[in-house]
Amino acid sequence: MHRYIINRILLMIPTLLGVAIISFVLLRMVPGDIVLLKLAGDGGRVDEVVLQQERAKLGLDKPIPQQFLSWIAGAVRLDFGLSMWTGRPIVDEIALRLELSLQLTIMASVIATLLALPLGALAALKQDTWIDYAIRIFTIAGLAMPGFWIGIITILILLSVFHYLPPLTFTSLFKDPVQNLAILIWPALTVGYRYSAVATRMTRSTLLEVMRDDYVRTARAKGLAERFVVMRHAMRNALLPVITVIGLEFAFLLGGLLVTEQVFNLNGIGKLLVDAVVRRDYTMTQALIMLTATTFVVMNFLIDLLYVFLDPRISYSS
Amino acid sequence: MSQSTTTSTVSRVRRRTFLRAAALSSAALGLLACTPQSPTQPAAKTETKPAEATKPTEAAKPAAPAATTAPAAAAKPGEAAKPAEPAKPAAAKPSEEPRRGGELVFAVSAEPDTFDGHKSTTFANIHPCAPHYNYLVKFDPGGYPKIIGDLAESWTTSPDGLTMTFKVRSGVKFHDGSPFSSKDVKATYDRIINPPQGVVSARKQGFAAFSAVEAPDPTTVVFKLKYPSPGALQMLATPFSYIYSAAILEKDQTFPEKNIMGTGPFKFVEYVPGSHWVGKRNEEYWDKGKPYLDGFRALFIRDTAAQVAAVRGERAHVEFRGFTPQARDELKQALGDKITVKESSWFGLIFATFNTQKAPFDDVRVRRALTLAIDRWEGGKVLSAISLPKYPGTLVRPDGPFAMSEAEMVKLAGFGKDGAAAKEQAKALLKEAGVPDGFSFVYKNRDVPSPYEPIGVFLIDQWRKIGLNVTQQSLETTSYFNDIRAGNFEVMVDFTADFMDEPDLELSKFLSTDRSSTNYARFTDRTLDEIYDKQTREQDPEKRKQLIWQFEKRVLDEQAYVALTPWWQRIIPHSSKMQGWNILPSHYLNQQLDNVWLSE
Repeated sequence: MHRYIINRILLMIPTLLGVAIISFVLLRMVPGDIVLLKLAGDGGRVDEVVLQQERAKLGLDKPIPQQFLSWIAGAVRLDFGLSMWTGRPIVDEIALRLELSLQLTIMASVIATLLALPLGALAALKQDTWIDYAIRIFTIAGLAMPGFWIGIITILILLSVFHYLPPLTFTSLFKDPVQNLAILIWPALTVGYRYSAVATRMTRSTLLEVMRDDYVRTARAKGLAERFVVMRHAMRNALLPVITVIGLEFAFLLGGLLVTEQVFNLNGIGKLLVDAVVRRDYTMTQALIMLTATTFVVMNFLIDLLYVFLDPRISYSS
Repeated sequence: MSQSTTTSTVSRVRRRTFLRAAALSSAALGLLACTPQSPTQPAAKTETKPAEATKPTEAAKPAAPAATTAPAAAAKPGEAAKPAEPAKPAAAKPSEEPRRGGELVFAVSAEPDTFDGHKSTTFANIHPCAPHYNYLVKFDPGGYPKIIGDLAESWTTSPDGLTMTFKVRSGVKFHDGSPFSSKDVKATYDRIINPPQGVVSARKQGFAAFSAVEAPDPTTVVFKLKYPSPGALQMLATPFSYIYSAAILEKDQTFPEKNIMGTGPFKFVEYVPGSHWVGKRNEEYWDKGKPYLDGFRALFIRDTAAQVAAVRGERAHVEFRGFTPQARDELKQALGDKITVKESSWFGLIFATFNTQKAPFDDVRVRRALTLAIDRWEGGKVLSAISLPKYPGTLVRPDGPFAMSEAEMVKLAGFGKDGAAAKEQAKALLKEAGVPDGFSFVYKNRDVPSPYEPIGVFLIDQWRKIGLNVTQQSLETTSYFNDIRAGNFEVMVDFTADFMDEPDLELSKFLSTDRSSTNYARFTDRTLDEIYDKQTREQDPEKRKQLIWQFEKRVLDEQAYVALTPWWQRIIPHSSKMQGWNILPSHYLNQQLDNVWLSE
């Protein structure tokens, strides 16, 4: 098991290196010029000489391989340099937004899990009843409605019916929990609902499959109460794919909540990433891609480890 | 295992019956949710009368801004010293005393990439940063385009127009307590006019007439000019020319890029990137009794719908750049008297640029046909209902001091009132140019919903009416700049966003390519260069105006290098609690907030 863990950790290095190379090259291939955008984006008239000076200041006049080498040399020391747009350290810029994004991701995941597991199980156990249909409609609606639309409708209802708009400046959970929740509960519900839709359907279908397995029939045959059959035997096995979905969705949410962040005006990682891409802030974009890729790789690894604890039949020792 | 093994105590319903019931319920819920007016819905007329819509048969006149539109008070040679009046709260009712206290909250749709105004070209810098600074002189918040002193108490211009002498205030302090003197003004303008190594000055070109700045004593600043320039005082009043501390600049010329240290009405408190910017009252401000506010908070909200929601939800008092007519109507409908709407014309202009190096746009007849096809009067009427363009005008702002008279303007190609006749002329020109059946081309636009997209649709519609087959291609901002600078286009949208009526700025774009890096039509026209040089030195306002009109006639009619769309309207719906703020035709101006107060 230890060997497996070490191997998996070592395998992360080439994976992340591959991501770094591909994203670095792709970013440079996309047309655009951060200097032009900074100095002339609002109708400014600036000399070409000045533009060249600014490009040189940012190191954009150097050959791409040289730019990559100096970036990677910093990255291995966890020094991602300065944002080309703001000139501030990238680590500071990300740290500033990480708390919000992490909290929102956790809240959305908790809401999604709390909705998905009971609803999915209920739908499976009450298959083809009105309960099943209601849950299926609820989940299909969650999948069908775009996140931004749900967000806009939420805000419009809050504004029109309750004459209320959530606060627009983020307050840390540790500073003022009430204010913090007043800001994040709405986007968390919006994202959590959509996220739960995927997990509910997954729970329902895997549980339906598991409930037809021989060992469930055996459990019933030996006289075990239905709730024990479901909770101890069926649910535990049905959870494996559900956990995979929830884990990967968690990694996605950390940097992928752009639209929700925009609608609710949240200062999160998703907004930072899109701003960086739009501005051609190469250093910031690269750092955020690496953060997202690392989160995915680590989550995948943790999910694999979790399998062992959920299903004793799985072992990585051999 | 059969399905029956799943225990069920719930009675089964028929699938079709259930789905029908669910669909009806969803539709009812959807209707309920959609009842509130969405930002994109056309709203009913509100109590506040917006600027009069353009009538189809009469000239569209810009709504009179709250400020006056008298010609700029440029200092004339030999003019006597003018006492500078501190600006008064423009919109305050005479009977109402400004109230002290409160925090003004406003939305800003973009964030500054630098705190350094000398380097910046964007309102995203001015809106949060300007309240921390003073200028030497500035545009009067209550009477644009008059220029008043800020840190200057008075000034004179020598009879030959080559020396401008300013007396600056004494007793002014920077926020760190250090005293202000004429040395700071000299250091500031030296940095703008002749930026040292490693410093970018975005307005260096605009200060071409200035040769040197001197500070002979602590309260005197002298500007030397290479030639008399009628726009010199206006250039000194540019809203980006924050006065910096000479002592700080001496140590580090890049200090203002990441730090705030001014003499302005508000001290810097904090900036949280992506979120907000906070300032608090400068208790030692030189203009005693001001500012009225305890502080201000700028919220960075990029999404337009979220900005409108912030004002509607009373989380922000105002957004200073401007909203669309729909947003104005929505806010009035939702908030009634809690919202006050201010409107004026705006320094905003979008135009189609023809690539004169690509056929068939190298043929002036084709270019003239394309500009003739555009009915600007009808366009102003239609577009102003849904977006910003409203006032037909030429290269300088239509209600500015240098604007061409309507009688002259209607003589230009595409500016006449008879749109149908102009289109017939356009068809005849196309025939003459050898393309009687029209041709196909791509119009490259920006992917900005308002006003770029509606303008694009309008232009394409107009061009199709003379038999042209136009495809629109929307580009995100960086790709847009890439293509327009590389000349990778046939016809492309271009724009100007100036902050004052100064033809030196507004016309310089249309100089030959070796003199203007933003001449995207890519032409060399020495006649235009010559007219420009004459007007920039012409001291007689009337003669200068004639030269400007001559320049405009050549750009828009004789050579038709670009095809203009109507100038913009500026619409600012703000909380009625906000007082003392006056709308000017530029969102770069009047942002120091020293006159602003909150009624409750």
